[in-house]
This record gives sequence, structure tokens and C-alpha cells, in this order.
Amino acid sequence: MPSIESTFFDLGTMDAISRQDTFVHRMDPRIKVLTTLVFIVCVVSFGKHEISALVPFLVYPVFLVVFGDLPVAYLLRKVTVAAPFAVLIGIFNPLLDQQVLLQVGPVGISGGWISFFSILLRFMMTVGAALILIATTGYHAVCMALEKMGVPQIFVVQLLFLYRYLFVLVDEASRMVRARSLRSFQGKGLGIRVFGSMAGHLLLRTMDRAQRIHLAMLCRGFDGNIRPSHPLRVRGWEVMFLLGWSALFVFMRSYNGPRFLGNLIQGFIP
Amino acid sequence: MSHHIVEVKDLRFTYPDGTPALQGVSFRIVHGESVAIVGANGAGKSTLLLHLNGYLAPKGGEIRIGDYPLTRKTLQTVRRTVGMVFQDPDDQLFMPTVYDDVAFGPLNLGLPTAEVESRVLNALSVVDTLHLKNRPPYKLSRGEKRSVAIASVLSMSPDILVMDEPTSDLDPKARRKLIELLKTFKHTKIIATHDLDMVLDLCERTIVIYNGRVTADGPTLKIFENQALLAESHLEKPLGMQGCPVCKGSR
Repeated sequence: MPSIESTFFDLGTMDAISRQDTFVHRMDPRIKVLTTLVFIVCVVSFGKHEISALVPFLVYPVFLVVFGDLPVAYLLRKVTVAAPFAVLIGIFNPLLDQQVLLQVGPVGISGGWISFFSILLRFMMTVGAALILIATTGYHAVCMALEKMGVPQIFVVQLLFLYRYLFVLVDEASRMVRARSLRSFQGKGLGIRVFGSMAGHLLLRTMDRAQRIHLAMLCRGFDGNIRPSHPLRVRGWEVMFLLGWSALFVFMRSYNGPRFLGNLIQGFIP
Repeated sequence: MSHHIVEVKDLRFTYPDGTPALQGVSFRIVHGESVAIVGANGAGKSTLLLHLNGYLAPKGGEIRIGDYPLTRKTLQTVRRTVGMVFQDPDDQLFMPTVYDDVAFGPLNLGLPTAEVESRVLNALSVVDTLHLKNRPPYKLSRGEKRSVAIASVLSMSPDILVMDEPTSDLDPKARRKLIELLKTFKHTKIIATHDLDMVLDLCERTIVIYNGRVTADGPTLKIFENQALLAESHLEKPLGMQGCPVCKGSR
């Protein structure tokens, strides 16, 4: 199953990127989580026909990509993986809302198309921001930040383990798939019945492993809490980072810069 | 020092589905001893190990670790005393980086950060894997995983080390390195294994288990020379004690 395996290696790439050493990477994870949260809330809170006011928000992802030294092509590829969901959500808008809102020369653009593009743009920006957060912070540090900020421990532990054992699970599943494909000929033995028993088998194995892992944790004094090995510390300038960006987001949310600029230019055209 | 003693008296255990696993196992292991537990597949080795840290509760008999009988109340103390290294290191290395994993035990003991750090670095350097400390466990080789798994137990400074098949899946060089490493440990060691050549190198005493019972307990060399006993327990003389296949010489 090459698709699963390549996804697996891609996760490794994400991990490697998140271990770089730039000032963005060194920042306290909580600061980055909060800034990203403000960013996302501001972006999604716009009206459904808004496009122009969203554009200035691109400054934040661009800033992080530049100073965090992130590979743009890789991130864009990852964003497009989730794109079908956004497309599905917005695809019927052009049919449902056919009222022409914008006239470009002879072509009238309906409100449906505008809201569709608005959805796509917002999707790109929010998913991109979340990916950038992971790429500059690392999955583990994001989880630790969530825990520090009061997310119940049980969810955080689930997230941590999901990530750690994803690799083991993918490994195990791809070994099973390989073993099956080596012994199935002319498409025989690839049907749903075999698949069902394989999935069941994988589940049983997973439960066995979960039990062994739990045992290993108990042996080392696990009491329901995962403690961070390095205490987190927020420095003064990082608070400024959070406040500065948040203020900018709120400002961009309240004032439509591009429209203002457009009006300004139109004012000069006689 | 009496707290390194492991004493098992008439231990009995039956799995919930009715499979009898242990039918009266008794032995006493004293401080600093290095003991191998050998036996066929399904003889009860793993079940026995799971009792030593209180994961399974005996259906009969008694276990004493050091000064304490193993009960619900002493479980925490016992688990700190007995360091258990699992057969599959992927089960044991569950944290995102090697450092975090080795720090997991000491942090749960409530040690201060500085102490945790020195313990982690010390444990990693003992098993010669200090350079791996920021790597995620899934990127390590089998041998490296095994070493880190041992470090994750050493960082809690246990008195007794319990290992399940420590040399399985290792290439010959990694296996040799592990054996040399284990030789340097002063802990009481209990090793369940099929690798009888390692037992020959590492353990002065061997306990043979067959069908949930101890069939022999004594000096390793003496047990491995007893052909009848080995055959009865589904074992074989270690390769190191068999004749050379090229020159046909026999010992």
C-alpha cells in the first residue's frame, strides 16, 4: 500500500522540520498555539461573501514560513490533501445562490461563487496556519502546551499516543497488506472478506499492544499524568509577539484594508 | 542488603480462560545473582515475569521482593525496585523522544528537574546512546531501541533488572554489545530467554521451567550438560557447548 507508506514518511518529514532551530521554533509553544487560535477565529468570523478583507491575513503565514525556514511546496501539498473536504462544503453554493453580486465586464459573478472562493481561501489559511503551528512547534510540544493551558489530561494523552503509535500501526498494517498481496493471485484473496478479517486482526493486535504499553507505563510509575521533561517558560518578547499579532488580527478584522486602499485609489481617478 | 532478594513460594496462576500457566513455582534469588529462566514456548516464563512486578496477581502462593511481600499496598515500591525490560521495545518506548522516554520514570517519581536530567544523561551514557537523545523512537534501529529501553529502566535506579528475551531480533554484533553491557551491571538480574549461549556468558544460575513447574534449578553449566533434562524441557545444548561442525570435534 504505497499511499499509506508515503504518508508515513511524510509525517517523518514534518517531524524533521519541527526540529529546526529558528527563533520561531524556539518560542514557547503556548504563545504559538494562542496566536494561531486568534488568527483562526478572526479568519473564520468574516461574513460569507468576504474575500478582499481576508487577503491581508496572509501576512501571518508568510511571516512564519519565511522566519521559520519552512518548505512552502511541502506545506501546500499537505493543505491540498485536506482540500476535498472544503470543496465538498462549498461546491453547492454556486447553484444555491445565483444572485449576481459582482460584474466584471460582461461576466456576472454570483454570490454563490464568491462564497465558494471565500470558503476555499479561509480553508487554506486556517489549515495552513495549523500545519505551520505543528511545523514550527512539533506535535509533542503542541500537546504539552494544550495540557498547560487546561485541556483535560486524558485528551492530551490520547493525542500523544495517537501520534507515537501511528507509525507502529502503519508499519504493522503495511506488513499485513504486503503478506496478503504476496499470496493473492489474479485479484483473488483481495476481497472484502479477507479485508474484514485483517482489520479485525489488526484491532486485536492493537488491543494486545495497548495492554503491554499500559503495563510498561505502570512499571515506570504512571499515575495518569504525563509530565513535561523540560519546564516551559514564556519570555517577555514572546508575550509581545502574541499581543502584537493579536492586535493586528483584530485590526484587520475590523478595518477592510484593501477596500480602503481601493477607495483611496478610486478617489484619485477622476 | 536484603532488598535485592526475590523470593517466590509455590506460585500458582491460571488464566481466566482456564489455561493453567503456573503450577507451584518456587525459587529464591539473592542479591547480585544473575539468573536465567529458560523453557519451551508457553512454559510460563512470561507469566512468571508478569508476576514479579505485580501486573498479574497470583492465584496462590506468595512473592516477596526485598523486604516486602507483593501486595496492592507495596505495588508502587516494588515497581520502583524491579526494572522490567520488555521483549518488544516499541511497547516500552512510548514517548515522543528518547530523552522524554528515559525521563518518564524519574519524573513520575517526582524528582526535581535537575536530578531527572542528570539521571537521564547518565542512563543514556551507560548504554552508549547519548547521541540519540533528541531522536524519536520510531527512527531507531532495533538494537538502539533495545539499549534505550534498558536506559529507560536504569534511570529509575532499580535494584533488580527483569528482562524478557533481551537478545531477540538483534544482529550478532548488537547482541554481543548487549551481553557485554549486561555483564557490567551489578544489579540482581533475572533474564527469561531462549538464547542459551547468552545464558552461558551471563548467568551463573539457571532455572528451567516446563509446563508451569520448575524442573531444574542450579549452576548453569551443570544444567546444560544434562542432556536428558534439556530434551525433556524442549531445550537443546547451547551451540557454544556443541561440537564444531567443521572439525567434528566434540566436547
